[in-house]
Amino acid sequence: MSFLELKDLRIHFPTDDGLVKSVDGLSFTLERGKTLGIVGESGSGKSVTSLGILGLHKGGRARISGEIWLDGEELVGAGQEHVRALRGKKMAMIFQDPLSAMHPFYTVGDQIIEAYRIHNDVSKKVARKHAIDMLGRVGIPQPERRVDSYPHEFSGGMRQRAMIAMALSCDPELLIADEPTTALDVTVQAQILDLMRDLQRDFNAALIIITHDLGVVAELSDDILVMYGGKCVEYGTSDDIFERPEHPYTWGLLGSMPRLDREPTERLMPIKGSPPSLINVPSGCAFHPRCVFEERTGGRAKTEVPELLETEGGHLVRCHLPRERRRAIWENEIKPNLEAS
Amino acid sequence: MLRRRLGVAAIGAVLALAVAACGGGSGSSSPSSSGDAAGGGAAATGEFNAALTGVVNPSDKKGGILKFANGGDWDSLDPGDTYYGYSWNFIRLYGRSLLMFKSAVGKEGNQLTPDLAEDLGTPSDDAKTWTYKLKKGIKFEDGTPVTSKDVKYAVERSFDKEVFPDGYTYFNDFLDWPKGYKGAYKSKDVNTDSAIETPDDSTIVFHLKQPLSNFDYFAQLPATIPVPKDKDTGAKYKEHVIATGPYKFEKNEIGKGFTLVRNEQWDPATDPNRKALPDGYEVSTNVNADDIDNRILAGDLDIDVAGIGIQSAALGRVLPDPALKANSDNPTSTRLWYTSINGNVPPLDNIDCRKAVQYATDKVSLQTAWGGEFSGGQIATSLLPPAIPGHEDFNLYPPGADNKGDLTKAKEALTACGQPNGFETNISYRAERPKEKAAAEALQQSLGRVGIKLTLKPFPQADYFALYAGKPGYAKDYKIGLAMNGWQSDWPDGFGFLQQIVDSRVIRDTGGSSNISVRDPEVDKLIDQAMKETDTNARNAIWTQIDKKVMEDSFILPNVWTKTLLVRSKNATNIFVNDAYGMYDYLGMGVK
Amino acid sequence: MVTYIIRRLIWAVVMLTIVSIITFAIFFLVPRLAGATSESLAARYVGRTASAEQVKIAADKLGFNDPLIVQYGRFAKGIVAGADYDYGPGVERCPAPCFGYSFLTRLPVWPDLLDRLPVTLSLAIGAAVIWVLAGVATGVLSALRRGSLFDRAAMGVALAGVSLPIFFTGIVSLVIFSYGHPFRITAPGGSFTPFDENPAMWAYNLILPWITLAFLYAAGYARLTRAGMLETMSEDYIRTARAKGLNERRVVVKHGLRGALTPILTIFGLDLGLLLGGAVLTESTYSLPGMGKYAIDAITNQDLPKVMGVTLVAAFFVVFANLIVDLLYAVVDPRVRLG
Repeated sequence: MSFLELKDLRIHFPTDDGLVKSVDGLSFTLERGKTLGIVGESGSGKSVTSLGILGLHKGGRARISGEIWLDGEELVGAGQEHVRALRGKKMAMIFQDPLSAMHPFYTVGDQIIEAYRIHNDVSKKVARKHAIDMLGRVGIPQPERRVDSYPHEFSGGMRQRAMIAMALSCDPELLIADEPTTALDVTVQAQILDLMRDLQRDFNAALIIITHDLGVVAELSDDILVMYGGKCVEYGTSDDIFERPEHPYTWGLLGSMPRLDREPTERLMPIKGSPPSLINVPSGCAFHPRCVFEERTGGRAKTEVPELLETEGGHLVRCHLPRERRRAIWENEIKPNLEAS
Repeated sequence: MLRRRLGVAAIGAVLALAVAACGGGSGSSSPSSSGDAAGGGAAATGEFNAALTGVVNPSDKKGGILKFANGGDWDSLDPGDTYYGYSWNFIRLYGRSLLMFKSAVGKEGNQLTPDLAEDLGTPSDDAKTWTYKLKKGIKFEDGTPVTSKDVKYAVERSFDKEVFPDGYTYFNDFLDWPKGYKGAYKSKDVNTDSAIETPDDSTIVFHLKQPLSNFDYFAQLPATIPVPKDKDTGAKYKEHVIATGPYKFEKNEIGKGFTLVRNEQWDPATDPNRKALPDGYEVSTNVNADDIDNRILAGDLDIDVAGIGIQSAALGRVLPDPALKANSDNPTSTRLWYTSINGNVPPLDNIDCRKAVQYATDKVSLQTAWGGEFSGGQIATSLLPPAIPGHEDFNLYPPGADNKGDLTKAKEALTACGQPNGFETNISYRAERPKEKAAAEALQQSLGRVGIKLTLKPFPQADYFALYAGKPGYAKDYKIGLAMNGWQSDWPDGFGFLQQIVDSRVIRDTGGSSNISVRDPEVDKLIDQAMKETDTNARNAIWTQIDKKVMEDSFILPNVWTKTLLVRSKNATNIFVNDAYGMYDYLGMGVK
Repeated sequence: MVTYIIRRLIWAVVMLTIVSIITFAIFFLVPRLAGATSESLAARYVGRTASAEQVKIAADKLGFNDPLIVQYGRFAKGIVAGADYDYGPGVERCPAPCFGYSFLTRLPVWPDLLDRLPVTLSLAIGAAVIWVLAGVATGVLSALRRGSLFDRAAMGVALAGVSLPIFFTGIVSLVIFSYGHPFRITAPGGSFTPFDENPAMWAYNLILPWITLAFLYAAGYARLTRAGMLETMSEDYIRTARAKGLNERRVVVKHGLRGALTPILTIFGLDLGLLLGGAVLTESTYSLPGMGKYAIDAITNQDLPKVMGVTLVAAFFVVFANLIVDLLYAVVDPRVRLG
């Protein structure tokens, strides 16, 4: 069995307006030392998935079904307290905006010490030393001084480094980074991504990076999972997704990917329309209202929900277009366009 | 005028008044018997108004603590600086003046009786000189014997109104002080024998500027309570008054309250007037008025010391509840609310027009305006309240069978006056007093029925007499034909009640007098006559005569004699109303 | 920090001076604009029997004939340097701070105020402890169980608490727990026993006023805490705290409540400052001889020096409370810089 395995995970939220199907039948596996990138627009269900793995929906209004296996333990059916004890220790999370994700009234050191001491029965002094060590490891200069600073006294990049230090303080085996670089400027983004790659290697953790930006996961991920409307629409290795993408949505993501080698003034190729409602999910393929190639399915996209099918060597795609047609479109219509621009 | 805290009590409901009740007010009932000082009346049972004519819960049991509360602050505990009726009632517990009012039920309480003095005063020199002999063996709380010089000093210090602004000026005005005298503090070495002589330690002689047949009433004033000169601290003396009565101050926190304990130096042998039953008194001041009522009703507190009756909230509880009502009393006080009819303002210079006002008045609506039968007052038909000797029941202007005015007679009077269709004039009242406004409106209504049109003119209370209604020139120029007015005497005596409101010589062009309307040389002459008359009965007859004369002149339209609703303590014994104060007598009470 | 405090203290003195000028103007200038004369102002201090001449003397003596600026100067001088007053047999020194002396009770105002202060302090602080504990606890529970029966009941009671005036809840409490009961809670007459005299009696006599006053404020604090908690509990840092594996109690108290505390602290400082100037309605209802009762009695009797004194002391507490709140802000929220 894999280190992390999700089987048909469904996370639904009942609201006054109806049932919000944030995650609707998601399955994937992840091994130690590997990195999975989950990519999608906001509302695609990627953050809900990560919180679901951590068990943070437990005790709330969410209806969760399916299975989450972590190192041989099933978490969906496990007790709230049990999952809490794993949180922070076995699995940890790095959040998007470190300014709002860190408590403004406590020092960075205090927050790392707190995280460490929940799971480790050590004195404050030992914990503090550990915090300083961790800050040093994530590349914060003069950690013994900065340990007593408040989050607002750090720069954005430093704050994210501190956040990473906090997440890593208990040596987690699974690390989930939710948009870890979105709030940072481009040069700092690269530094943080480098740092995460180095640390993952050092800690041999399984890493999930959640982002709306394929560029972020391009170099980091072993595998990439593209989510749309609470479902996986394409899954494959990094190469699969970047070299042989088959889903029109993935093509759109690639087209709208900002790249360092492009002039900022150049027009991207954005996906038209807006993300689907999770309450009134479009009939058939959830992506069909925005899909440029919808007509080529002969109307099936409007009525029939496509299956997630293997196309080749673990590469999964959820699309009504025949495989050959997809490849042809990619080779003839999309790829040249992307390269030309 | 003795001050009386104005209650805000008002009952909403109009309580129909039986016509017959008009003549038989509670105050006119006669004292049942004359016995010992502390309550001559027969033992009374717990009925409504029982304490007006008898002693409720008679007992000689000693001991216990009586708890009093005051909705406001004492004006002063200093005998030389206090001018509230309740304070004079209470002061007898710790101070002994030359004379005092008997601690007795109803009218008997109006009688003066010797306290420090051996007997009532001896007049000489046409009632211009009054002599009192002091009893032997009376001591201050520190054991020092009381001498006539202490009494003299007490009166001299009370002269200084800068130090003692709350007090009255009777001694200042009537005694023959040396010229330029400024009181014991500022005129230290001035010989004051022209005013007060002390030929020996037990004799004190007062010399007056003019004859004063009723000087004995002066001799009961708290200012004659002796003050030891070496213990006098002026304005601060009230913080620790040196007692001569059966109780002395144990603790006194001005603004919060005080406690009285037994004064061991008080010798009952020198004092037939006081039983001194409780072991002490606890008095809280500045207590929420509604809280006081509730605590008395609950039995947690014994007396609302101000004696002005319960608040409207408690009134609404007591009156409809037969059990509560049976434990309450509704005495009539010596306060008269009235309307001055200014003869200087035409056409009221014509007596028939003034009479038309009397006839046209609806007395029932007036009574309602003042607060109704129980907390407003008893309909008044003359000036002297029932509790004051000289009061006689008469009604020169019968207001018709229903007490709502005799419109036929009113129209006849208007015709006689030459104003058959009525006339227009103004009526003034004190803007801060809602009841005066209500009464003025009631008059506006009832006089309007015969064509007398009144326009309401409110004036600020502080300047009412000095600048507006009480200033003759202003009243005439601005046609203040009618003016709301009120008076309460300092003691139950015709002089105290009538002189300031009917003597035309107190009216000054500069304003400030309470007499706004009565200008009759006959009345002035009668007052002079009464002031020389040393025989009490003969003197009281003259007051009756004055009352009738003023009513004949129709210079005053009496409204009501104030009534208050008092609730008896659940724990106290010897509860009775003393007419001298119009409230429960605080001297006779004990604890069950 | 030190320069900040010094600057704030100077500002506080300026504020108090302005308050004193305004108060003085209200009670001395406005009546004059409305037509009062020196004599009519003096008339209330000399009793009814005074002759016009006596009133004139009193007006002179009280200084009502001097220009207002001189009168204010005399008042201010008394506070800074003390004043003398004539009590009959001699002249007494009223040492600084002399807020004048009452012409009605013939007592200096400052000792009176000092005498009343412990009552108000006891009332305000005791009530504050109750309302903060009860209000915050209710607010937190309500926020955590938003929409539950408890939440709805608590917020209903809180709405009643905010809307019901003290003179209603106070009287109800007296009727239920005090009047005529064999085990009545307050001693008759609303007496006050100083804490150092008998702590048990002190608390016993104050328990009803405490609860009544606390009810009014607790209600507000519950609502405020609930709103604050709802806001902070949806903050990102709460999610972080949970992701760290903190147990829920710690998440709520250490992270949630801590974040919601700032506005509560602000309001608390101002409320307490206002109350220290006198809880007028509570003290009146229970006849507690505190600053509020003193103020209301002084106003009823138009005893101006007392009114001036109590206003200034109340203003002092408000200004002082503001200063403390601002200083505490920096302690509570490290993002706040004083300067």
